[in-house]
Amino acid sequence: MPKIIINDKEIEFKDGMTVLQACELAGAEIPRFCYHERLSIAGNCRMCLVEMEKSQKPIASCAMPAAEGMKIKTNSKMVEKARKGVMEFLLVNHPLDCPVCDQGGECDLQDQSLYYGFDGSRFKENKRLVKDKYMGPLIKTQMTRCIHCTRCIRFATEVAGVPELGAIGRGEDMEITTYLEKSMASELSGNVIDLCPVGALTSKPYAFEARPWELKKTESVDVMDAVGSNIRIDSYGWEVKRILPRLNNSINEEWISDKTRYACDGLLKQRLDKPYIRKDGKLIESNWDEVIDLVSSKINSIDPKRIAGHVGCMSSLETINSFKKLLISLGTNNFEFREKPFYINPEQKINYLFNSSIQEIENSDFLLLIGANPRKEATMLNARIRKSFVSSGLPVFSMGNPGDLTYPYKIIGETTDDIKKFINEESEISNKFKKSKRPIVIIGESALELKSGKYILEGVKDFLFKNGFINDKWNAFNILTQNSSTIGAIDLNFFDIQQENNFAFFQKLEKKEFDLLYFLASDELNFDKENEFIIYQGSHGDKIAQIADVILPSPAYTEQNGLFINLEGRLQKAVKVTNPIGSSKEDWKIFNLLNKKIKNNELFTNYKELIDDTLSKVKNNTGFDSLPNLETKNIKLKKGELVSEKILIREIDYYFSNAIARASKTMSDCKLIKSKKNQNRLTG
Amino acid sequence: MSLKKVHHEQPEKFEFTQSNFDLAKKILEKYPKNRKKSAVMPLLSLAQNQNDNWIPLAALKYIGKFLSMPYINVYEIATFYSMYNLSPVGKYFVQVCTTSPCALRGSNNIVKICKEKISKNPSELSENGLCSWTEVECLGACVNAPMMQVNTDYYEDLDDLSAEKILNSFVDDKPLSPGSFRNRKNSAPEKEKKVSNGIKNA
Repeated sequence: MPKIIINDKEIEFKDGMTVLQACELAGAEIPRFCYHERLSIAGNCRMCLVEMEKSQKPIASCAMPAAEGMKIKTNSKMVEKARKGVMEFLLVNHPLDCPVCDQGGECDLQDQSLYYGFDGSRFKENKRLVKDKYMGPLIKTQMTRCIHCTRCIRFATEVAGVPELGAIGRGEDMEITTYLEKSMASELSGNVIDLCPVGALTSKPYAFEARPWELKKTESVDVMDAVGSNIRIDSYGWEVKRILPRLNNSINEEWISDKTRYACDGLLKQRLDKPYIRKDGKLIESNWDEVIDLVSSKINSIDPKRIAGHVGCMSSLETINSFKKLLISLGTNNFEFREKPFYINPEQKINYLFNSSIQEIENSDFLLLIGANPRKEATMLNARIRKSFVSSGLPVFSMGNPGDLTYPYKIIGETTDDIKKFINEESEISNKFKKSKRPIVIIGESALELKSGKYILEGVKDFLFKNGFINDKWNAFNILTQNSSTIGAIDLNFFDIQQENNFAFFQKLEKKEFDLLYFLASDELNFDKENEFIIYQGSHGDKIAQIADVILPSPAYTEQNGLFINLEGRLQKAVKVTNPIGSSKEDWKIFNLLNKKIKNNELFTNYKELIDDTLSKVKNNTGFDSLPNLETKNIKLKKGELVSEKILIREIDYYFSNAIARASKTMSDCKLIKSKKNQNRLTG
Repeated sequence: MSLKKVHHEQPEKFEFTQSNFDLAKKILEKYPKNRKKSAVMPLLSLAQNQNDNWIPLAALKYIGKFLSMPYINVYEIATFYSMYNLSPVGKYFVQVCTTSPCALRGSNNIVKICKEKISKNPSELSENGLCSWTEVECLGACVNAPMMQVNTDYYEDLDDLSAEKILNSFVDDKPLSPGSFRNRKNSAPEKEKKVSNGIKNA
């Protein structure tokens, strides 16, 4: 490995590193504004100047490739003077409004001016004033503060794949803007706020809410989709103020989707804080004793076979486990987690996971989507596909038309017959596929929802296994699940599958075979109420709560500890941030109360028992945050029936996909803007 | 120079005329197929020539589509270069050079005359809508200072009197022909056609 001398210390560095990276290896911190690890190099802020031997001038370390034998100094007089000069120029036009700036306390410019700033200004002229730009309901702008680092522009074009930000004008008149001040059409737009080193781009919903040092910071996991992005939840008192990404290279890197970031204001609205009972068609406030009495007497009066339970999209493993235990104790097997009848095969864990893992998408050389729209269904995963496309030109093909994915792809068929041709190696694409070394096939829930769902899943698996694409080193078989509770629910066998009938629950529901339906935070099930008695247990008054006969308030995902398994099979912990509001009780405690009333015993005596029981049921578990240990040799193969039909990709109402998002004002603003945009597109 | 403002009244549509379209296709041929974007600057000036010396937003969009590049990038380029006008400049667009050599030879007076004859502020249309003026940096004709450029023509070797005459001619829509206004041939010596060492045509 080549060597470089930094501050008289010799260190080894990897080929292709920049001087700045080498300096970091040596433990010398370099101040910077424009440089960012995950974006291309711009080299325009000049803050990272260092001294290089044999160079008259200081060099910009972020843009200079490190070379053998370079002698770099990062702490000399010359360096300090150079950086002070750069800082003085940056501050020439930067307003002194830190006391009213939302970036205050976490501002790169503020922090660095502490070391390189002068105590007074020598600038006597007027400061430049820049008109604020409209960038949509998520991003608040204060463009006078902008120091033109262009991080936001590079993020939008490179990572988000929506080239809508740009720098117009030049010199002193340069301004950052979106094209004609339209809002950014990206699900990742919120990340430019984190990237902005100053307070030019700040969060609109969080404007003037709190100072960073007042907030309690809790590291947790996102539940808005099945990706399980790592997040930091900042709370003030009992309120969740904002959600920020947390670095996890194997899942979300350092980005999160807008829904993850901004749906948190939905945690304050539409909340169920007290138990309710429907009397004469109206929901009347009640108390726990009355509700438990009513529910238990109702349950006792109904044949257990006619009782059913459905779990929602954001429930944790413990909740599902204790719910299942309650339902079994009541004597029923009618429970389900799926919102739409899509085919699953729970026999082996490989059948329902994203086996290739998100990180390995970067090493892939062929990607085939079958009935999936990763942009809407798993935004962070889509960002990874785009990253792979940008860095190595990953060829992407799709069966079915998912619309704009932020990278180019080729549609190679829109019917199930095309899938048959692919599986039977009758089409060109199968040959191309077989020639690739590390291919990835992603099957979406939309494909599994088709009549030939079983054929697709089993057929593709069969094809991949026979061609050696499922082995210890590489597993090309991937299912793209949409909800954070899905993998956990399959692991805990929370479904009603009888032998070959995958949709027993849905058929019974259709035939009106249930007299009592227990919804656990579930709002997405397509269902018409007739005479059923409906119990809704959850945090938000949404679709089902409106038609419920009894409402049991339980905490949202930020208010109770919970285990989640993401779509790759990683077991992760979501942590309790604030106390549940009102008189809501944790889910498993409610089940305990009910079971005690009906069967006279508790399901779990304490939380530890619940956790241990739940963890023991997780299949192929290898501990927290790691990928499961999967069987790749003994794959059980099945056959499904092919029905000729078109592959329709179900349109997802991205900003309204769950109860918390629907309660969020920010999300409804986003939806409004988006629908307006679509209208504009239609009218010209 | 300040940031260019997009005109408040915009035409709804823009399309190259057939001859310009053919020309644009020819321009595209000069660049490699995967570097189509490089043609953005000639196409912008083509659009400007076609549309009375200014580029409407519809044209930016049209060129973006033509070269399959994001609109914002076309917009960035159009705002970066001073030669592209994003709002109407009239039939006669007067650009007065005010860089040092011209300034030394009295271009400030010409600016003053522009203010009187055309409009109070730069980049503002005259009352009859035929002219506008602006100050620009060096146009590379220092030998004939002071000078100004009107559309594509240079009016050189000006003084207050000739400047007034020229500007009047534009306002009246009867333009004088360009060139030196002291009867010089290009930038050749004015009286004796000699160079210092006595060498002819050195």
